[in-house]
Amino acid sequence: MRVALFVTCLVDLFRPTVGFAAVKLLEDAGCTVEVPRRQTCCGQPAYNSGDRADSKAIALQVFDAFAGYDYVVAPSGSCAGMLRVHYPELFADDSENLPRARELAERSWELVSFLVDVCGMQAVVANWQRTITYHDACSGLRELGVKLQPRQLLASVAGLSIAELPGAEVCCGFGGTFCIKYPEISDKMVSDKATDIAATGVEAVLAGDLGCLLNMAGKLYRQGRHVEVRHIAEVLAGMTDGVPPIGAPR
Amino acid sequence: MLATSRNFEAAAQAGLANQNLQRALGLARTGFPLRRRLAVERLPEFEALRETGRSIKDHTLQHLDFYLELYEGKVEASGGKVHWARTSEEACAAVLQICRSAGAKLVAKGKSMVAEEVGLNDFLEANGITPVETDLGEYIIQLRHEPPSHIIAPAIHLVKEQVAETFRAEHRSLDPDRLLVEPRQMCDEARSVLRPRFLAAEVGITGANFLIAETGSSIIVTNEGNGDLTQTLPGIHIVMTSIEKLVPTFEDAATLLRLLARSATGQEFSSYTTISTGPRRAGDLDGPEQYHVILLDNGRSAMIGTEFQDMLRCIRCSACINHCPVFAAVGGHAYGWVYPGPMGAVLTPSLIGIEEAGHLPNASTFCGRCESVCPVKIPLPKMMRHWREREYAKKLSPPAYRSGLAAWAWMARRPALYHAFAGLASRALGWAGGRRGRFRTLPLASGWTRVRDMPAPEGRSFHSLWAQQQKSGAAR
Repeated sequence: MRVALFVTCLVDLFRPTVGFAAVKLLEDAGCTVEVPRRQTCCGQPAYNSGDRADSKAIALQVFDAFAGYDYVVAPSGSCAGMLRVHYPELFADDSENLPRARELAERSWELVSFLVDVCGMQAVVANWQRTITYHDACSGLRELGVKLQPRQLLASVAGLSIAELPGAEVCCGFGGTFCIKYPEISDKMVSDKATDIAATGVEAVLAGDLGCLLNMAGKLYRQGRHVEVRHIAEVLAGMTDGVPPIGAPR
Repeated sequence: MLATSRNFEAAAQAGLANQNLQRALGLARTGFPLRRRLAVERLPEFEALRETGRSIKDHTLQHLDFYLELYEGKVEASGGKVHWARTSEEACAAVLQICRSAGAKLVAKGKSMVAEEVGLNDFLEANGITPVETDLGEYIIQLRHEPPSHIIAPAIHLVKEQVAETFRAEHRSLDPDRLLVEPRQMCDEARSVLRPRFLAAEVGITGANFLIAETGSSIIVTNEGNGDLTQTLPGIHIVMTSIEKLVPTFEDAATLLRLLARSATGQEFSSYTTISTGPRRAGDLDGPEQYHVILLDNGRSAMIGTEFQDMLRCIRCSACINHCPVFAAVGGHAYGWVYPGPMGAVLTPSLIGIEEAGHLPNASTFCGRCESVCPVKIPLPKMMRHWREREYAKKLSPPAYRSGLAAWAWMARRPALYHAFAGLASRALGWAGGRRGRFRTLPLASGWTRVRDMPAPEGRSFHSLWAQQQKSGAAR
C-alpha cells in the first residue's frame, strides 16, 4: 500500500517526532510511506472562519498534492476530518470538483483508526512504564468514530496501564482559533480538563491531536501540575526515549 | 425581548466570575448528560427514532403552507381561532385585544419561550395587565426581574439559597422566620402563593410543544401540572406559539414526544402531557370558553429554502444546550437573548440578525457534541459555520483577524515559501524556548499565553528533517 502522510501544520512546526512516529507505525503495518512536498495545511482555519474562497483554493492544492496514493493518513482527527468530512461539504455545490473531494475523502484516514481498521493492526511492539489517561479529541471521536482503536493499541504497550478520564469526550477548549478569540472561555474549559486529568492521578495524558495536546500541556504547566503530555503515536511507535514530553524542559 | 448579544464577551466574563452561577452550572453539567444517556440506553430504537423524528419535521417543513392551512381549518372547526402574527408586535397586539375584549386584568402564564421572544410580559404590564408566571422556574425569575437562562430550566443559573432569598424578599405577608432550606419547602411556598392566582386569572396563556394539523390540537408537556391549571381554569386559553411547531398527525407528535423527554431531562415521558382541542364543548365539565392560537412567524418562514432551514426542525429539548461546554462555562444569560447554547447560536442570528448576534456562532469550538445528541439531527456546527461565512462575506469579522487569516492563507498556498517559513519559525521558537521548553509569554500570542503556557517547538520542522533524511538516505 502506497500511503501519503499528511503531516499537518502543527506537527510540522511543533513536534516533528509525531510525524516520524507515524511513518514508523505505517511502515510497521506494511505500508510504503511518502511525504508529498507540496502539502502545507488542510485549510481548516480559513474554513472555520467562514473564508470559503481560501478554503477551496487550499483544498484544490491538497487534491493535487495527494493525487494517486492509495491512502492519505494524518496523525490528527481534526485534519483527517477536514479531508474526509468537510471537503465534500465545501464542494457540495461545485459539480466540477466534488468528485475529486469525494475521491480524496474515501481514501483519507486518521492514523490510529487507519492502523486498526484498514491495516488490521492489533498490537504494537512498544514498552512504556506509565499509568496514563486518554482524551478523546472531538473531531476524531465524533466525525470519524475514533474511540476504541487507540485504546486497543495502547493496551498492547508493555508496562502501560490506562485509567479512563471522566469527561474524556468533553472538549478541552482548544477549538482552533476559538482559543485565542475567546481566551477566558477556553481557559475555563481547559482548566476543568486539567483538573479532571490531575484527579485521575495518572503520570501521563495522551491524545491523537496536537492542538488539544498543546492546549492541555500549556494549562497543566500553568497550573504547576506534573503530568506528562504526549501524542499517542510517539508512545505506540516507542519513540519516547530522549524526546521530552510536550512543553517539558530539555 | 431586547437583545444584548453584542455584549457576549463581557457577559461571558461576568458569568465566569459569578460563583453562584458556576456552582449551579457545575451540577447541571454532569446531571443532564448522565440522565439523557441512561434514558437513551434503555431504548434500543432511539437512533432509529431520531431518524424518524428528523423526517417528520423535514416533511412538514417542505409542505408547511399546506399543513398550516389544514391546521387553521381544524382549529376553527373545533371552535377555536388562529391569529397569524408576522412580528412580535402583531403577536402582542393580538393577545392584548383578546384580554381587553374580556376585561382581563390578571393573566396566568405557563412557560412559553415564544412569549419571551415577543416580550409579552413587559408589554402586558405596560398595558395595565398583570401576567403571573406559573412554572416554578419562570415564577422565580419573574420575581427577580431576570430573563430565563435556559429553555427548559429557566432558573438554572440560580442556587437554592438565592431562591430562598428572593422568596423572603417578595412574599412579605408570610412568616419571616419560616424555614426555607430544602427545595420542597420553596416549592410548597410557591404553590400556596400561586394557587389563588390560578383561580383569579381571567386568561391563561401557555406555549405549545407541538401543534397537530389533522386535529387542530396543541400539546404541552410539563412536570409541574401548572400548564393544565393555566389552560383549564381561566375562561380564555391563549396558545402562544410559532409556525414550526406543527406536525401532520397525532402519530407524528407521539413519535416526537418519545424523543423529547428523553433528550431533555432523561425522563421517558414528562409528568404531564396535555392535549387541547378547541374550547369547552357543550357537556364538557370544565375547560375555557374561548381557545385562541397566536401563530408567530418573526423571521422563521424566511429561513425556509436557505442553509438554515434545518434549524426549524428543533423541538426545544435543550439537549444541545445541556451538552455544550461553552454554555456550561458561561451560562445562558451571556447569549443575550431568548435562546442560548448551540440552538441559540444558529437561531438567534436568523431571527434578530447576524450584525447583532455575530458572537454566538463564533463562540463554539465545533466540538460537535450538540449535533451528536440532537433528537432531530440538526447539523448545528455546520450551520454555525454558515453564519461565519455570511459574516465573513459581509466583512463583519474584526479587521485584524481577517488580515491575519488572509496572510496565513496566502502563505499556505505557496508550499515552498511555507516550508521555508515553517522551518525558520520552528528553529527560532525552538531556540527561544530554550531549556525551559515552553513560553510564559509570547508576542502576538497573548490570547494563548494569558491563560496557559505555550509549549516550544522541538526546533526543526518535520519537512526540513524529512528532506534531510531522504537526501542522506539517497547518498548512502
